[in-house]
Amino acid sequence: MSRMSGAKALVEALKRENVEVIFGIPGGAILPVYDVLYSADIKHILMRHEQCAAHAADGYARASGRVGVCMSTSGPGATNLVTGIANAYMDSSPIVAITGQVPRPFIGKDAFQETDIIGITTPITKCNFQVRSVAEIPKIVKTAFYIASTGRRGPVLIDLPRDVQLEEDEMNFDDKIELRGYKPVYDPHPLQVEKAVNLLLQAERPVIVAGGGVIASNASQELIALSELLMAPVATTLMGKGAMPEDHPLSLGMLGMHGTVAANYLVQETDVLLAVGMRFSDRSTGNIKTFCPNGKIIHIDIDASEIGKNIRPHVPIVADAKRALQAIYARIVEKFNRRERTAWFNRIQELKRMHEEIIKSDNERIRPPALMAEIRRLLPNDAIITTEVGQNQMWAALYLKVYKPRTFISSGGLGTMGFGFPAAIGAKVACPKVPVVDIAGDGSFIMTEQDLASSVAWNIPVTVIVLNNSVLGMVAQWQRLFYGRRYSAIDLKGLPDFVKLAEAYGAQGFRAQSIEEFRRALKSALNSDVTTVIDVPISSEENVLPMVPPGQDLKNLMLS
Amino acid sequence: MGDEEAKVYMISALVEHKPGVLYSISNMFRRRGFNIESISVGEAEQPDIARMTITIKGDEALVEQVVKQLKKLICVIKVSILDPNSTVARELALIKVSTPDARARSDVINYTEIFKGHVVDVSHESLTIEITGDTDKINAFIELMKPFGIREIARTGIAALPRGMKSTKME
Repeated sequence: MSRMSGAKALVEALKRENVEVIFGIPGGAILPVYDVLYSADIKHILMRHEQCAAHAADGYARASGRVGVCMSTSGPGATNLVTGIANAYMDSSPIVAITGQVPRPFIGKDAFQETDIIGITTPITKCNFQVRSVAEIPKIVKTAFYIASTGRRGPVLIDLPRDVQLEEDEMNFDDKIELRGYKPVYDPHPLQVEKAVNLLLQAERPVIVAGGGVIASNASQELIALSELLMAPVATTLMGKGAMPEDHPLSLGMLGMHGTVAANYLVQETDVLLAVGMRFSDRSTGNIKTFCPNGKIIHIDIDASEIGKNIRPHVPIVADAKRALQAIYARIVEKFNRRERTAWFNRIQELKRMHEEIIKSDNERIRPPALMAEIRRLLPNDAIITTEVGQNQMWAALYLKVYKPRTFISSGGLGTMGFGFPAAIGAKVACPKVPVVDIAGDGSFIMTEQDLASSVAWNIPVTVIVLNNSVLGMVAQWQRLFYGRRYSAIDLKGLPDFVKLAEAYGAQGFRAQSIEEFRRALKSALNSDVTTVIDVPISSEENVLPMVPPGQDLKNLMLS
Repeated sequence: MGDEEAKVYMISALVEHKPGVLYSISNMFRRRGFNIESISVGEAEQPDIARMTITIKGDEALVEQVVKQLKKLICVIKVSILDPNSTVARELALIKVSTPDARARSDVINYTEIFKGHVVDVSHESLTIEITGDTDKINAFIELMKPFGIREIARTGIAALPRGMKSTKME
């Protein structure tokens, strides 16, 4: 026990959680905490918008597997975090958000910069806390980190009234966490494992779909092992990209609305589908009624509420992905060492070739699929790729092969434009030794471009590759394909010159009109110790293909 | 979900008895589009735990999702679906009925006695009846009162417990 202020106790509790960095912006209601941070040995990175602070914490968490921390003042500071918190919630990313709040006597009185952040974030956090009594701080912080980083991971918010930060009390940092309503299940039920094993042993055309849960539970090795043992190809969701090395002969790439030919066809042709750490989102399944029409489905997820929510599986398994895959592998390897499936393997390779043919090089004009392949060639295997949202994201998902988990970071569930750049900053802070590249569109990048300032000021060099078509590209694509080319509100007139914009912030800017110029620019960026923006003009008529029109069967792929 | 499959389910939940819990739960119901028929809540066996009885109409898959989504909330400690065949379920209603003359007044009092209710408030032109029972009984009594003119109704929603030694308590 020792006597200290609430602000001091917060910082002390954060240190005990091994927090090394906070992304944030100060303001009136969180000043006492910033006063403690002034002389604390936790690094604080001043972002230029709270949304970026939350995304940076999210990027940090996804790259490192550790909890990311962001901080803001009350009112607008707190509400600016909301998009970032919702984003982390949809993608099950462990962050802890700390917000200042008006002093307790003012709560509910509509005081200056008061907002009900607890009410606002209840549906987009795993859990949130408003600290009402100063002595609770150590226990609440410990509980927040525990909840954020266990079970199905996700954001937790702590709202800290200003008078609580100032008040002093005896602090006990050794209190045990008491959570009667939270007991994540990690181990699979043996009977369910047995049922899954029986189905997989009978399967003739097995397919595995891996989601973000495989990455979250560090289960890539187990996934690869089971895939090879069963000769079952692996499709991933957007969130699962990186769980299976995409140069593996059994990797199918992403499935869904912008899935590869192989992934979408084989999921529809399989007789046993093993879905692990994924939630059958509409973007992954297409028309849910015709999804996997002839296959029995085994669904592994750590969140029981995901099972039966969108699809009723034949075999539900509530468990951690790693442990479930280990248990299934152990039971199957007793029966055989490797399944030979020549016809199935040939079918897989045939469909994969169809996808490769879409990437055609064209020296006259930069076409996005070829650009993605070029980026891959220039980056080391452990480089981290983040994306914005829209065409840039889908081109990256489809045509930029990823070989390792936690090296592809994208806003999957919420689809937040402006996510990729601040997430890249967070990822670079987590992994300073590897290159971090944000694949951006012009529309997305201008939503959070102001944080060029923080990346330059804090020496966090990342590379932003702007696929610049001067329109909101994915909206344009939908209007072209489904709204008879009635282009409504997509023309981004008034875009800045991105080279000059970068230079204005003290960053480096290049424009690449050809693959050769692009190659030079990216090499220079990778050797630079300052953030680089590469502006790559592309045609506004480009479509991301293949594409399944919304609500249709996964096999209804538009290829041209 | 076809109407023919829709049944009324009773769910009993033990929850943390502290501020914000009812909000978390009702907010989850709202955002997931689950329609609650009734909800009642009060302190349970321990002062820091409340018991919530929720009735909801739907098919089995919907109720399974409701239970899973409730369990997912960290403030929810335990959730059980109550089997209507072995559950005691009661609701309390206060019904203010117009009784403009002596005949109406005596009829209402007679009905109240038949339904084992109580007259809890009297004025020159109205009686307030307290009646307890299952939902069907209360609905039947309300139907009987309609011709007299119902001025106000307050219903508590269902509170329920399993019969006998079966329990929904915490282990």
